[in-house]
Amino acid sequence: MEDAKQIEAFEAKIVSGVKIEPKDWMPEAYRKQLIRMMSQHAHSEIVGMLPEGNWITRAPNLRRKAILLAKVQDEAGHGLYLYSATETLGIDRTELLEQLHSGKAKYSSIFNYPTLTWADIGAIGWLVDGAAIMNQTALARGSYGPYSRAMVRICKEESFHNRQGYEIMMHLAQGTAEQKAMAQDAFNRWWWPSIMMLGPSDDKSPNSDQLMRWKVKMESNDAIRQRFIDRTVPQADFIGLTVPDKDLKFNEETGHYEHGPINWDEFFEVIKGNGPCNAKRLKDRKDADIKGRWVREAALAYAKKRAKEKEVA
Amino acid sequence: MNLQQSKFEYLLRLGDSSLIIGHRLSEWCGHGPILEEDIALINIALDFVGNATELLTYAGQVEGKGRDADDLAYMRDEREYRNLLITEQPNGDYAATIARQFLFDTYMFFLYEELKLSKDETIAAIAVKTHKEITYHLRHTTEWMYRLGDGPAESHQRLQNGINDLWMFTSEMFDMDEVDALLIKEGIAPDFNNVKAEWEKRVKEVLVEATIEIPTTTFKQRGSKEGKHSEHLGFLLAEMQYVHRAHPDAKW
Repeated sequence: MEDAKQIEAFEAKIVSGVKIEPKDWMPEAYRKQLIRMMSQHAHSEIVGMLPEGNWITRAPNLRRKAILLAKVQDEAGHGLYLYSATETLGIDRTELLEQLHSGKAKYSSIFNYPTLTWADIGAIGWLVDGAAIMNQTALARGSYGPYSRAMVRICKEESFHNRQGYEIMMHLAQGTAEQKAMAQDAFNRWWWPSIMMLGPSDDKSPNSDQLMRWKVKMESNDAIRQRFIDRTVPQADFIGLTVPDKDLKFNEETGHYEHGPINWDEFFEVIKGNGPCNAKRLKDRKDADIKGRWVREAALAYAKKRAKEKEVA
Repeated sequence: MNLQQSKFEYLLRLGDSSLIIGHRLSEWCGHGPILEEDIALINIALDFVGNATELLTYAGQVEGKGRDADDLAYMRDEREYRNLLITEQPNGDYAATIARQFLFDTYMFFLYEELKLSKDETIAAIAVKTHKEITYHLRHTTEWMYRLGDGPAESHQRLQNGINDLWMFTSEMFDMDEVDALLIKEGIAPDFNNVKAEWEKRVKEVLVEATIEIPTTTFKQRGSKEGKHSEHLGFLLAEMQYVHRAHPDAKW
């Protein structure tokens, strides 16, 4: 039974803006929720390497190839950083990865869509990283120290990724007729999934007031979604791409864009595992894990052997 | 071949090897045995692509026909490519990749050590930067040689297989022709006999410590200097070049 006094002191800390650190007392529900969120975030980073890595070998020129390599390396770095941050909550990476491979843990639904053309690399940077930044800048103000600090650092790199994605789209939109068509097609395919990746609408989201009070969750899904749309629509206009939403309109009174109905059935289908690439993404991750097992075992055995030799010496 | 042509040819040999091995390494992206290795391999691939870009840019300048690094990377066919055969060999398992990287990184380490002294200032400057990078790459691959070679039976055997399979591609690394002869005379490129001696010494040391037997096979594959490749290169280039070639008027 958690002591009411402990919870009171814990909540007082959060109210006063003091970060919760790994060795501080925390309610079990808080720890569990953070492990769930942080590991989901880490998994998203490494699964996200697959659709983007898909285009490294086919990047249209050497500059784009180098930028994409650097970007995907950043994502891998974020994954590593987030797994380490999650480990401060008393769970290790092996266990987290087992949860991913068994399907128990989720990753962002967006990476279950395929990257079909080079323009998809632009769309991911612009839209997917753009949406992620909206969420993550909010999380940077969260109460758990290691996670909020990770978010500060990750957001810096993500905003660079976001700009490079937009730059790819800008080049395509100003390019040949084929390039323009490629950009619009990618935009059409990634717009709705990007909007959905910010999570179910508030009336369907199982967020409790408690998570908001504990500053685990900082803003509602719909509020973040609105900010993303308000920011992105003018960017699309600027490069001459059409938002694939015939109901989209700007509300002069509120100063916000209003979007058409979101296909939440599709979202929940993808979450359930029925998106176009769920099976492939998970298989790729599991295959890498299985094929890498003997390598990890060899590294471990060698480290032990060396340590023993040192002892003897 | 005059000096300009020889230099162009030489720069293609260096640049193409970096580009192709960088391509192979980038294929590991997202599929590495552990996240730390994913990061390392992508990082090393990025270094190789950067190095290739510098060398091919300079090659285009030396050639003087207005071709830039992208023209050279994306618009040449298999027979015009000058990368070493070892660089285009498929990744195989992780041991095969490490074996390929170790044999090539060691070669590159000693080659670029010499190229730092090149009388061609651009080559020397590229070599200084590249040698710093390759020093880290070689440390990384050498450590994995020890881990896999001096590890459990399975990893030991896999690494031994990797070394055995790739050994036939190592001797052409030190072949010299009229291009080398002219550049050696001008103080632009090193004598590969020196590089070979250093390479053999280091490779032997590491293989012994990794408990890997040095292959005794005398079967050799060569041909990259004349653009005669293994069948793998065509597929690699088809993948690498198709977007660029499908949109000849496009800027990216």
